[in-house]
Amino acid sequence: MLTIKINGQDTAVNAEPDTPLLWVLRGELKLVGTKYGCGQALCGACMVHLDDEAVHSCVTPVSAVGTRSVTTIEGLQGNEADALRHAWTDIDVVQCGYCQSGQIMSACALLKKTPQPTDADVDAAMNGNICRCGTYPRIRAAIHMAAGSR
Amino acid sequence: MAKVKRRHFIRYIAGTVGGLAIGWSLLPPRQRLTPGDPLPVAPGQVALNGWVKISPDDTVTVVMSQAEMGQGIHTSLAMLLADEMDASWDRVKLEQSTLDKIYNNQAEILDALPFQPDENGYGKRAARWMVAKIVREVPGAMGTGGSSSVNDLWLPMREAGASARAALIAAATDTWKVPVNECRAEAGRVIHTSGKSASYGELAARAGQLGVPKNVALKDPSAFKLIGKPVKRLDNPGKINGAAIYSLDMLPPGLLYASVKMCPTLGGKVTRFDGSAAQALPGVRKVVKLEPYAGGLASYGAGTGGVAVIADTPFHAMRAVEKVSVEWDHGPAAGLSSRDAINALSQALDKNAGKVHFSHGDSEGAMKGAAKTITAEYRAPFLAHATMEPMNCTVQFKDGAATVWAPAQGPAFAVNAVAGVLGIKASKVKLIIPQLGGGFGRRTFVDAVSQAAAIAKEADGLPVQTFWSREEDMTHDYYRPAFVSRHKAGFDAQGKLVAWQAATAGSSMGAPSFIDGSSKGAADTGYGFLNARVTHQGTDSLVPVGIWRSVGHSYNAFFTESFIDEAAAAAGQDPVAFRENLLKDNPRLLRVLKRAAELSGWGQPLAPAPDGAKTARGIALHPCFGSVIANVAEVSVGEGRKIRVHRVVCVLDCGFPLNPNLIKQQMEGGIVFGLSAALQGEITVEKGQVQQKNFDTYAPLRMRDCPVIETDILASAEHPGGVGETGTPTIAPAVANAVFALTGQRLRSLPLKLV
Ligand code: FES
Ligand code: FES
Repeated sequence: MLTIKINGQDTAVNAEPDTPLLWVLRGELKLVGTKYGCGQALCGACMVHLDDEAVHSCVTPVSAVGTRSVTTIEGLQGNEADALRHAWTDIDVVQCGYCQSGQIMSACALLKKTPQPTDADVDAAMNGNICRCGTYPRIRAAIHMAAGSR
Repeated sequence: MAKVKRRHFIRYIAGTVGGLAIGWSLLPPRQRLTPGDPLPVAPGQVALNGWVKISPDDTVTVVMSQAEMGQGIHTSLAMLLADEMDASWDRVKLEQSTLDKIYNNQAEILDALPFQPDENGYGKRAARWMVAKIVREVPGAMGTGGSSSVNDLWLPMREAGASARAALIAAATDTWKVPVNECRAEAGRVIHTSGKSASYGELAARAGQLGVPKNVALKDPSAFKLIGKPVKRLDNPGKINGAAIYSLDMLPPGLLYASVKMCPTLGGKVTRFDGSAAQALPGVRKVVKLEPYAGGLASYGAGTGGVAVIADTPFHAMRAVEKVSVEWDHGPAAGLSSRDAINALSQALDKNAGKVHFSHGDSEGAMKGAAKTITAEYRAPFLAHATMEPMNCTVQFKDGAATVWAPAQGPAFAVNAVAGVLGIKASKVKLIIPQLGGGFGRRTFVDAVSQAAAIAKEADGLPVQTFWSREEDMTHDYYRPAFVSRHKAGFDAQGKLVAWQAATAGSSMGAPSFIDGSSKGAADTGYGFLNARVTHQGTDSLVPVGIWRSVGHSYNAFFTESFIDEAAAAAGQDPVAFRENLLKDNPRLLRVLKRAAELSGWGQPLAPAPDGAKTARGIALHPCFGSVIANVAEVSVGEGRKIRVHRVVCVLDCGFPLNPNLIKQQMEGGIVFGLSAALQGEITVEKGQVQQKNFDTYAPLRMRDCPVIETDILASAEHPGGVGETGTPTIAPAVANAVFALTGQRLRSLPLKLV
């Protein structure tokens, strides 16, 4: 049995070591805010943070987490997260919302690394996140708004 | 021909309602305030009609008959009711409706009738009236589609709010023994001129006893507090903190998971299978054979068979299903290629142009007498929906009854599908519809729902979540049909357009022939052609096809608006000026066109792209779903001849704009959806198998390729039109026309590629 740190808590995991982190979160731990979209690191719906880095949980075996702490959308906190959520609401970013956990995880990792991102920074950091509802223009605006408000 | 269609249609209707008494057909369409069975209420809660309940703590629960799939419909509908009710907006909560006739969507079906806009004869009026009545009465006509929700519910939701408000005022006057005209309602309270007041929660019980009031007046638009305002979405909070629940997130106790592997060949099925290797893996409960289940609505696409593994976790199910060895019967589509299928559409048009869907003047004669004619053939490919949340459905079948959690655009279709598979009455099926992770038409089809019911039968009363991998979702869709369209335009010696002909071939998106909307967007262009004929040839399809955001408009707007641009070029005229000439009698379209030209700086020099590449504009205009839209796209050509879209100006007349903020959001979403398809969207089939399996080969637009989108909503007092699909059709032709302006190359096939 593995123990990994999820949203600040040491958590025992029963799954086999090769189980993708996504399915441990969703299946075993019932943390369903992290979504499945493609299973191939193509869409970003499954983004979580390992320490402060955004990773695709669908292609990360749970055994590869090691001592890094996992943060999911349910446990995402801090100045960047607050600023992003505020901007997301203010601008009314979401539509169906299914991709938005992943979008916010990617945006938050960006702001932690690059507090004042340019449009090119946004393009690069958000390139892995697909939104079929087409919320990209508002995501861009919300990231800039969040960056500006801190 | 139009007459023939009408007669056929009326016969269909007559057949449907053959058992009904003559007297019934003379009654007006039914009221939509009070459901057949009273609304279920919590202790202390009071239902004031079929749409709203009040709790003692002042919570106002608004009943939602429509599915929220991103379009913001829950917020919009709640606004209608809350405004008329003078409810306190921050006390509004939402609840899914039951299945009842008052929630049937009339507009969705009426708008799909095969009449052209210029027809207003007896046949059309009688048929619409009959259908309005039938939609009232038949079970199963609830649905979210056709951009019809606000159109349909604009009055019923407001009437329900106004009725509730009147009931609460009546309760106050009854309690205080004061005249009605001394009381008013404001922000969830009834207030007397003396200053005395009571909250809706306090008045609800008495209001419920007094019954539904008669002759209630609606607000004058000048009194609206929410309607017409950019109110924020009610679903924001849960969608940014992970709390929003989609069907895939439902966790009923004892939940098992089923992963599915279907025959890779469309329409194929299982000959035999060996599940022993899968069965030996950890967590596996059962390996199940799946019959092909049809989507239900489609004329084409009988479904595809497969196998499923039921297991204790999603990963165990996914891993094990790969280990089931299956011998497939590939079925009739085994030799099919999409290239051949599309070529066959073109060949079909060689033989004949199809049935006349629209005719005006004498286009044949005018064409013969023309000084100059031009022709062109256009093509549009199959497309997948690729909703962000893949297809799934959870079913628990226990003690002869089923509970279903499904992302359903057509609740009654889903209920009937489950009842059919399980052999139980529809009344034994309880359907719960959570948030939908996108819909775009796909979730009208119930293939996955039927499958999930069949799988749940094998689970000894435990709930099972049947979920499709992205690969299964993309290779077993009900695809937007491929279409081919041939166009001919004739000009007189002065270069004036005197004749217009269009002939399309493709498969109906799955509606019965009487509501075949295949020529939606080809026939109802809004242009005042002197002589015109639009024909359509319906073809059979081995590829399952279905409704896809904006339906027939998704390809017909591309064909029509591209060819209008060709006609302008042939006439040596500016594309905007050319369209203006054709819209002299259509002020609504003309206003949208002119505003788009003005906002985009049409005719003025355009700055180069950031990398210095030349840029150009293209325009497209289109009426659809009761609205009118124009797009002006600014494009350049980048490395590898890649078409890049930098900015899109979008002008919309959607009648009275219920929530400008949500409407702009839908325009952005519709444009990005349409642009993904225009630049990158193509499903191809080889040997009956869909070649694109995931987002690498069927690639939606990403952030870096997304243009700046500026939307302007033109004020209008007309009845609200649709917005959920309206944003999609015009972007492809606007980009194609811009590419022509930039390069001189006319791209007549989607997706748009410069070679
Ligand atoms: S599910 Fe992980 S990137 Fe799509
Ligand atoms: S909001 Fe629907 S996929 Fe992004």
